[in-house]
Amino acid sequence: MSDDAHSSSQGGDGGKETLLRVAGLTRHFRVGGVFGKTLHAVDDVDLDIGEAEIVALVGESGSGKSTVARLLARMYRPTKGAIWFAGRDISRISSRKDLLAYRGHVPMVFQDPFSSLNPVHTIGYVMRRGLRLHRPELSRSAQEAAAVEALESVGLVPGGASMSKFPHELSGGQRQRVGFAQAISWRPRLILADEPVSMLDVSLRIGVLNLMLGLREKGISLLYITHDIASARYVADRIVVMYAGHLVEIGPTEEVLHEPVHPYTRVLLSAVPDPRATTEIAAADIGEPPRVVEPGEGCRFRWRCPLVVDVCSKITPRLAVTSSGHVAACHVTTGAEPAIADVAPADDGHDT
Amino acid sequence: MLLEVDELCIEYLGAAPIRAVDQVSFSLEENAFLGIVGESGCGKSTLLFGIAQLLSPPAVIRSGSVRFMHQDLAGLDEARLRPMRWRNFSVVMQSAMSALNPVKTVSAQYTDVMRAHGERDRAAIRARSQEVLRLVGIDPVHLHSYPHQLSGGMRQRVMIAMALLFSPQLILMDEPTSALDVVAQRSLMVQIKELQRQLGFAVIFVTHDMSLVANFSDRLAVMYAGRFIELGGTRATFDRPLHPYTRGLLDAFPSISGPRKPLIGIGGYPPDLADLPTGCRFHPRCPVRIEGLCQLVEPESHLLGDSEVRCHLYTEEQSGVG
Repeated sequence: MSDDAHSSSQGGDGGKETLLRVAGLTRHFRVGGVFGKTLHAVDDVDLDIGEAEIVALVGESGSGKSTVARLLARMYRPTKGAIWFAGRDISRISSRKDLLAYRGHVPMVFQDPFSSLNPVHTIGYVMRRGLRLHRPELSRSAQEAAAVEALESVGLVPGGASMSKFPHELSGGQRQRVGFAQAISWRPRLILADEPVSMLDVSLRIGVLNLMLGLREKGISLLYITHDIASARYVADRIVVMYAGHLVEIGPTEEVLHEPVHPYTRVLLSAVPDPRATTEIAAADIGEPPRVVEPGEGCRFRWRCPLVVDVCSKITPRLAVTSSGHVAACHVTTGAEPAIADVAPADDGHDT
Repeated sequence: MLLEVDELCIEYLGAAPIRAVDQVSFSLEENAFLGIVGESGCGKSTLLFGIAQLLSPPAVIRSGSVRFMHQDLAGLDEARLRPMRWRNFSVVMQSAMSALNPVKTVSAQYTDVMRAHGERDRAAIRARSQEVLRLVGIDPVHLHSYPHQLSGGMRQRVMIAMALLFSPQLILMDEPTSALDVVAQRSLMVQIKELQRQLGFAVIFVTHDMSLVANFSDRLAVMYAGRFIELGGTRATFDRPLHPYTRGLLDAFPSISGPRKPLIGIGGYPPDLADLPTGCRFHPRCPVRIEGLCQLVEPESHLLGDSEVRCHLYTEEQSGVG
């Protein structure tokens, strides 16, 4: 099985070594008691993240993107599939020591900077505690220095003074930086960032996005989970679009934005508010969340898809290489299945 | 004029009163759409609650007036306000999940509102409930649903439908879309605009995301630390932002079209209303502040064409110094 871990890379990413590889990752939840049903949060996800690469996982609420992050963080165990990190299947590791080491290499930064910090502890306590768990080899004074250095690297200057502050003394943007500082202090290889800017004010978001770009310069990879495709474009090398537990389109950022292939990607792009665009109102998409409880066979976007054909309800489309070179899972637009007259790609994202 | 807010000041009382809304003035015509944008803590929701007379202690209106349909709402007691609520103006709250009663069906909540306004005829109540749900694109079978059985987007639509029960002249909306993702957000905005065109009501739409109202509002107010710092036509404000803060906000949005360029955003953090900077409230974060002036003197609001702006850059221009 581990041979697969080093097979071909997806999405054509130029020359970066694969750091994390996910194959057939699936997570189902039981809902509704003994005779309950199965909720397919994540189904058969294959994904690579390279060294020093930012991958944006984009999708709407209920698409399963946060579940992917939690699976990668080993907060959930996968129902099926494997996660290789630096050549090792981490869904199988079970010793506390290995798990702590993994979580130090692949930490997670959460969406809500207000509930992810314990209000009764200082920032210093939070930083020291993390370091004691994930870098126990350091002496107390070295841990102190690492904490200060990490805080200063995210712009919380002076780091020493920030250590004695309580969360309520910091703004939302500063708290989110504490989340990143904590992750950075563990010398991570890959940071899982679950909507790290969506709760922040507009004027502070750019600061955190720029911080993420700076981390990539230091060789750290990021999985950036968001529903905001414009911010994904700002930071990401590759965009992965997720819908109802399936990955539906993967490719280099600019390629996906300029030549979106999957109808859902086009819907997402047309929904982005663009202050620079002229006043033009797109037709209302129903915008209802996807059905993922016992979804059965077939494309899960078919109820909302403007291009739906018969085969969509019978066969689940697989990711296939598109004419523009990246991959998408659609019977109609990838031309992989029943040929339908070419559908022109959305040229400016406002023409639906 | 449907609504005229004049020099409205709202304070949170305490050992040291905090002024969350400071001398805000604007007017709204019938069937107009005003967007109010600002960051958390700038006072935008307090302003909306002040207009709707929904402030609860320690917040009080310190001075100023809210003239709506020829009376000052700020001076009315609850008995005189009650008949106007829902009927003449209604409010759509940010979180439908907490604004709707979780143990009552949609139908029961609509019935409550209509009975409170003297409607006794069951058939009429049912007919109107079905009608407003259809208006927002929800199948009337959902009258018998409980809020938890609806998706986030549907709950917000149920709230908007409720606000439409009596076809009021004014609907105040406090970030009704912020809990939704982009696709649902967009579709709700399109629907609000369409309903406005169809039914003809005025909207005040408060949001932290100015790109959201870009294509929908007629006029746009930018609020910072309790004050309106810019008020103008939406298109004009996006094309030629006057205040450095507005410019900064616009530059803080990554775009999905055009070249990928590094953005700087606005440095620093919004001020604490309890401890405001001297002079212009934006000067500590302002990239173009005038040394020796902005720190000391707070700029007045100037009329510049169709826009109002509170910034010394334009005083200088007018007096011919800059």
